[in-house]
Amino acid sequence: MPDTPFKSAVVADGLVKQFGRFAALRGVSGEFEAGKLHVILGDNGAGKTTLLRIIAGLSQPTRGHILVMGTSEVKVAQAQIGYMAHPSMLYDDMNGMENLSYFAGLYGIDPARCRDVIASVHLDPDLERRIGQYSQGMRQRMSLARALLHDPSLLLLDEPFSNVDAHSASEMAGLLARLRDQGKTLFVVTHQPALIESSADEFVWMAMGRIVNRTATLRAGTP
Amino acid sequence: MSFLATTRATLEKDVRLEWRSKDAINGMLFFSLLVGVIFSYAFEPTAEESRQIAGGLVWVAVLFAAVVALNQTWARELRNQVLDAYRVSPAPGNPLFLAKAVGNFMFVSVLEALMTLLFIVFYKLRPLGPGWQLLPIALLGTWALVVNGTFFAAVSLRTRSREIMLPVLLFPLSIPALIGMVKGTTAILTGADSARFYIALLVAYDVVFTTACLLLFDTVLEAE
Amino acid sequence: MKRGFTILAIVTGLLLAFGFYKALAPLDWPLGTPTEQTMGYVQRIFYYHVSSAWTALVLFAINFVSSIVFLVKRNEKADIVALAAAELGVVFCTVVLVTGPIWARPVWGIWWDPADIRLNSTLALWLIYVSYLVLRRFSTSSKTAVIAAVWAIFGALDVPFVFFSIWFFRTQHPSPVIAQGGSLDPRMWITVLINWAAFLSLAWLVGWTRYRLEVAERKVDEAEALESLLEGSQ
Repeated sequence: MPDTPFKSAVVADGLVKQFGRFAALRGVSGEFEAGKLHVILGDNGAGKTTLLRIIAGLSQPTRGHILVMGTSEVKVAQAQIGYMAHPSMLYDDMNGMENLSYFAGLYGIDPARCRDVIASVHLDPDLERRIGQYSQGMRQRMSLARALLHDPSLLLLDEPFSNVDAHSASEMAGLLARLRDQGKTLFVVTHQPALIESSADEFVWMAMGRIVNRTATLRAGTP
Repeated sequence: MSFLATTRATLEKDVRLEWRSKDAINGMLFFSLLVGVIFSYAFEPTAEESRQIAGGLVWVAVLFAAVVALNQTWARELRNQVLDAYRVSPAPGNPLFLAKAVGNFMFVSVLEALMTLLFIVFYKLRPLGPGWQLLPIALLGTWALVVNGTFFAAVSLRTRSREIMLPVLLFPLSIPALIGMVKGTTAILTGADSARFYIALLVAYDVVFTTACLLLFDTVLEAE
Repeated sequence: MKRGFTILAIVTGLLLAFGFYKALAPLDWPLGTPTEQTMGYVQRIFYYHVSSAWTALVLFAINFVSSIVFLVKRNEKADIVALAAAELGVVFCTVVLVTGPIWARPVWGIWWDPADIRLNSTLALWLIYVSYLVLRRFSTSSKTAVIAAVWAIFGALDVPFVFFSIWFFRTQHPSPVIAQGGSLDPRMWITVLINWAAFLSLAWLVGWTRYRLEVAERKVDEAEALESLLEGSQ
């Protein structure tokens, strides 16, 4: 996977997201370097998920601009984006291959590729078990596989380690680090930054809808 | 993937999921049966009267059963936030809409057939007019309800009290279609008038609103 | 702006007063309007019934047009105009639906005729625009205006269908009521037009106020949302 040709994977300028009298984002600006693993931290309600969804093109800012992978066109950027949230974003009543084949079709990708992607996240492509019966750790990895199907250069992950056992979490962290090493850009929203501390390139601290700090190490930003 | 291929893949996926979970099938079939039975106890007309009112009864029963079914349409996409996975992919919104609409159409048609059978049995219905015309009325009328119903079920995703919003939006909009279906059915059953105008009305309604739905679905899908 | 508003308010008041006088004054009073022969004095409710109906239609047309403008240009002003127009349209529509039966009962002997196109179309219109307002209130989306505009378009597309479906039904099943046919005495026309002008003026006045109110409310929403709490904005 070639490096993204852009120096900045994401450029945000004065992002505001308003829901009636509540603003989830109150002016978020910044440039985020490509090929790096950015960890986004903050309390609940800080705006982390909202920011991620705006980058993913699932939500539009009320005001402000954002350039993702050098473009402001959502559909163009989305071709390069893999998005993963805490819910699995998969169908419970189908098995892994069935799920991924469906999504592969949406991307116009050969279904045969699904096997390789599933294997790359250390899951068995031939497993007949339905996603609904997977453990949380397996579900997260299959969700990551779905996000990786089209080999995106930008990965957005919202709470990939939540409710996952320690072993699966560290496996996931390892996978993410490897993806970054391949040249992909990652944004990881998490409440457990320690899990990915060693591989992270940057910590982005958010509070009340704004970015309040950006540090290179976890310790530097911790109050 | 092409538009049609995406629509077909999505429809196949929905049918497969529905078959495996049998969520809606079991519940809705039984619900339709109950509605049919209750109506037949509530109204006990003579043979002549039954031809006058059966059109209204059947279609109102179908409308209420359809609303319950339509509300479930998008529930599957909200579970586990799967809809986000679709939205973030390059696939446009319309194949998703069409797949849902066609799926709903097939499903509501089954419910309709069941309820019609019940009404024929309970009310000993026999059309005095050209019975074959009942088929275009049923097909066009069902599509009219389903196309708008699928669209506004998606709109209701963006509201609170979702289950109420769908009927609130769908019923006023469907008044002309209902008039067409009910009056058309009555015209055929009683043999008193021609149902031709009603069929034409339903064709025009279906064309206009299917077009509107296809033009505006993406707007609604992205209105988070 | 303020002066224009005051002038409009005065004009509205004058038109309403004059319209009211003309509607109720019988022919032997100066500038009176003739009493309709078959229906008698009660027919005068017609001046309010019809004027409200035409005003409601104008308002819903405004809602339709501004909804389209909003969808195309995403100009917030268009959305506010659509909202105000819908609210006022519902009010005038309610007047039509209330005055209709009040008029119908003494004249036709029944409160409501299901085959009457105009009343039933108005009822459907009322339902559509009330559900428009319900949708706006219940929306949890940050893009309420977009969703409302989409619904407004569907609603407007529905109106001709409602009209024709009832019309055909009526031609097949003539109503028990003799429709209000025949030409109108020109003096009655004048009264209708004056009252219509009065209602349009009133709609403009109230609509303008509603518009300014909504603009102010949205500014407050925005300010509250972006409020920087002193401790928070480090």
